[in-house]
Amino acid sequence: MLSNIGSILILSVLSLSLLIIYNSYLDLKNNNQLIKKSIYSLSLFQITFTILSFFTLIVGFIYSDFSIINVYENSHSEKPLFYKIAGSWGNHEGSLLLWINILVLFSYLFLIFNHKHNKKFRLYTLIFQNFLILGFIIFLLINSNPFSSIYPVPLDGLGLNPILQDPALAIHPPLLYIGFVGCSIYFSAAIASMLSEYSGKQFALAIKSWVQISWVFQTLGITVGSIWAYYELGWGGFWFWDPVENASLLPWFAISALMHSVMVLEKRNTLYEWVIILCLLTFILSVTGTFLVRSGILNSVHTFANDPSRGLYILLFLSLMVFTSLIIFFKKRKKEIYSFKSSSKETFILANNWFMVFFLATVLIGTIYPIFLDVITGAKVSVGPPFYNTVIIPLVIPFLLLMTFGPQSSWIKSKKKTLYKTFYILLGAFIINSTLFYFFGSFGFYSNLILITATFLILHSVIDAKKSIKNRKTFEYPRIISHLGFGMLVFFIGINHHHSIETDFNLKVGETKILYGYELFFENITIEPNKNYKSIIGDFKITDLKKNYTQYLNPEIRVYTNPETLTYEAAIKSKISSDLYLTMSNVTRSDFYNIKFQNKPFMIWIWISAFTIALGGFVQLILKKNEK
Amino acid sequence: MKNKFSKIIIFGFVISFLSIFWLGLKKDNSYNTKDLIGGKITNFQLRSIYNSDLITEENLKKNQFTLINFFASWCAPCRLEHKYLVKLVNQKKNIKILGINFKDKKNNAKTFLNELGDPYYFVAEDTDGKASILFGIYGIPESILIDKELTVIKKIIGPIDQEKLEEIFRLIK
Amino acid sequence: MILRKIIILYFLLFTCLQSKEVKIDLIEIYKNLRCLVCQGQSVADSNSDFASTIKLVVEDQVKEGKTKEEIYDFLISKYGEWIVYQPSLNKNNFLLWFLPYLILVFGGLIIFFIIRKSKHNKAN
Repeated sequence: MLSNIGSILILSVLSLSLLIIYNSYLDLKNNNQLIKKSIYSLSLFQITFTILSFFTLIVGFIYSDFSIINVYENSHSEKPLFYKIAGSWGNHEGSLLLWINILVLFSYLFLIFNHKHNKKFRLYTLIFQNFLILGFIIFLLINSNPFSSIYPVPLDGLGLNPILQDPALAIHPPLLYIGFVGCSIYFSAAIASMLSEYSGKQFALAIKSWVQISWVFQTLGITVGSIWAYYELGWGGFWFWDPVENASLLPWFAISALMHSVMVLEKRNTLYEWVIILCLLTFILSVTGTFLVRSGILNSVHTFANDPSRGLYILLFLSLMVFTSLIIFFKKRKKEIYSFKSSSKETFILANNWFMVFFLATVLIGTIYPIFLDVITGAKVSVGPPFYNTVIIPLVIPFLLLMTFGPQSSWIKSKKKTLYKTFYILLGAFIINSTLFYFFGSFGFYSNLILITATFLILHSVIDAKKSIKNRKTFEYPRIISHLGFGMLVFFIGINHHHSIETDFNLKVGETKILYGYELFFENITIEPNKNYKSIIGDFKITDLKKNYTQYLNPEIRVYTNPETLTYEAAIKSKISSDLYLTMSNVTRSDFYNIKFQNKPFMIWIWISAFTIALGGFVQLILKKNEK
Repeated sequence: MKNKFSKIIIFGFVISFLSIFWLGLKKDNSYNTKDLIGGKITNFQLRSIYNSDLITEENLKKNQFTLINFFASWCAPCRLEHKYLVKLVNQKKNIKILGINFKDKKNNAKTFLNELGDPYYFVAEDTDGKASILFGIYGIPESILIDKELTVIKKIIGPIDQEKLEEIFRLIK
Repeated sequence: MILRKIIILYFLLFTCLQSKEVKIDLIEIYKNLRCLVCQGQSVADSNSDFASTIKLVVEDQVKEGKTKEEIYDFLISKYGEWIVYQPSLNKNNFLLWFLPYLILVFGGLIIFFIIRKSKHNKAN
């Protein structure tokens, strides 16, 4: 029954999309300044039915309705309630329904929050957004319907992959999707802008908040994903340059670039063409990312169950999107005259975009190069962390410098005086680096420069903060907070990367290992049964020989029965200064256990820094709201 | 003119990108062994599980064809493929099978062979698995077919079944 | 005044050039090797049988005094290039390393010309 309700709701949303497109098209010709009331009503119905359909799926999971194939494949009656609910979006079909929900939500919100803007522009945005919605609904219906039913009804489900049964992973998809599905709205708005010729400063104002919202959520989504990877995956890392991670990072670079360029468009009414390109590019990258992740074309830890037929549909949809945008872009573009002074804020923002495009290009090339090489020559290569680190890290140094100098410059033309004061702060950064040098030991050449420039950014942001608070320049708070967060992120990642102690060895129960100033005693193994798994818990006594401080760590091996899998739970003790990290896995057919013991400095600060970056954007949104 | 040119380039780029994605979808992601064929196997020295006899690649040159088969007593698919190995040596006299006992206990291996038959003219031990890396092995069961000159003719990943057995027959005619 | 600043800068820059002694780090090698039977994990991260065997082999070779490059070359000769996460600079991967920098330079040139044209426009 639920599956029927769900399917009917989806078909209703489909019909509503068609109606919205048709009515908007008619209303375009209408010379009335206001949008017809019926379009508002249709949109309201659309969002209501969409949310209801998702709610229906969740109810299916909560009540373990195994007549729905999706619930059967991804849930189990013994699963804890929270994970039953999260299971609804933790699979391909359910997450697709979530996509559609966000597409529709943003379509509706954009409509009702943009009264001040040009009618034709708003109608075109609605039309194109609904084309996107149509595309995804058709994909859902013909290929990935979460409401397909199965008969006879199975007695129980196949269960959710235990690695996904984690609170961080439960909120990671919704956060991330608001980010990179949210950018669909300014994709549609960009096309609308070209067709209705509603450009310049007004266009910037129309999309600014939406760019910021998607940016904040994208940042949060990526951060939470990394936190989950660190706590759950058991290798002590938080970023692996895995294709799925890269797929979420690509739109982030584009949105960051866009966020800055929109400022230029708003304040100086220039760079319109480039802003349009970025708007189009961002959602195109999102869909490309989805293609790479769900089609099975790439090899990754994260993959949903792969299915080339999905890939084919998404590729078709992507091609349509790209060709439509290109054709409209070439037809409607007008030549722009640029007038930038070399030391103006606009130029610094251009430089930001330049670097963002470089980072984006590097990650994109690294991710899809193996595909290209395989198709053209048949050779198989792997592109992993060494590539990305080698190419990107050196360029972070000038990027940090630009981030520090940029905001000091003024629109149109800068004063030379401000640059001298900055020099002293740079000197301060050098001194701090040398001090760190004595406490932590030497770093490599690049690492030194990175820490110096990161410290420079941090120092300067703090000094700017003091000045802004004194002068009550609240509009500067968001920028200061986000830039400070970025400096902190690079700084702490730099130290963490360099001073992590990582060890890997085999040990039997009762044995001791001494290394890097720690003594590890493998005391015992205990076995504990649990609700849907069996735990094999290791008792380890860790003694810090320098500080004469003992603590216990208990890594686990979990044996699940539905589905039959093993997971390895790390034992992590987080402190302000560092994390102690221990995982244990059994070596097959032996009494040995493979132990990975790590000391990771400043891990918590890495998360704090990432959240700080997002916080800046959040503060910006609140300030804008208060303005009204 | 310049505009037309840049438009063509951009469209060209986009079309080639999308085509490559499309072609990439059709490709098979699993490991292929075609670039290993034609190479020579490595130099090695392994000890027998029965006594202190040694075997090296030189010994294999005496055989017209050798099938190097990695197996273990604890490996279920190895049990399934074993009868095909026995068939192979019974039906063809120009091929010998070198068994390499991977990460196993000698007694368990001997029991395995007593139970299911012994097609091997030599059974080498690889208790820690390191020898498997020398041969580029992914897991077990895995087999490498080589000729007199120690050139790799075929690499078989997974258990040998009737179909793969017939292919070996064809290759060693 | 300026001279003093430059001298201080120089002195401090010197501290940057001190680098850590590079020993062969096993974990670093493990991280650079792909676990071939896993879905996108490195040998360092994987708990699979294959990964533990590779670790043994790498440990042995490090004890024998082989360099990182020799170990990578050895494994590449057995399993192909894709066992190593850092693509080597050969005719296959040349584009991979080259393209990002090409784009960087290209982007820089565009900005340069925009600013130059702006100056030209201002002058008119």
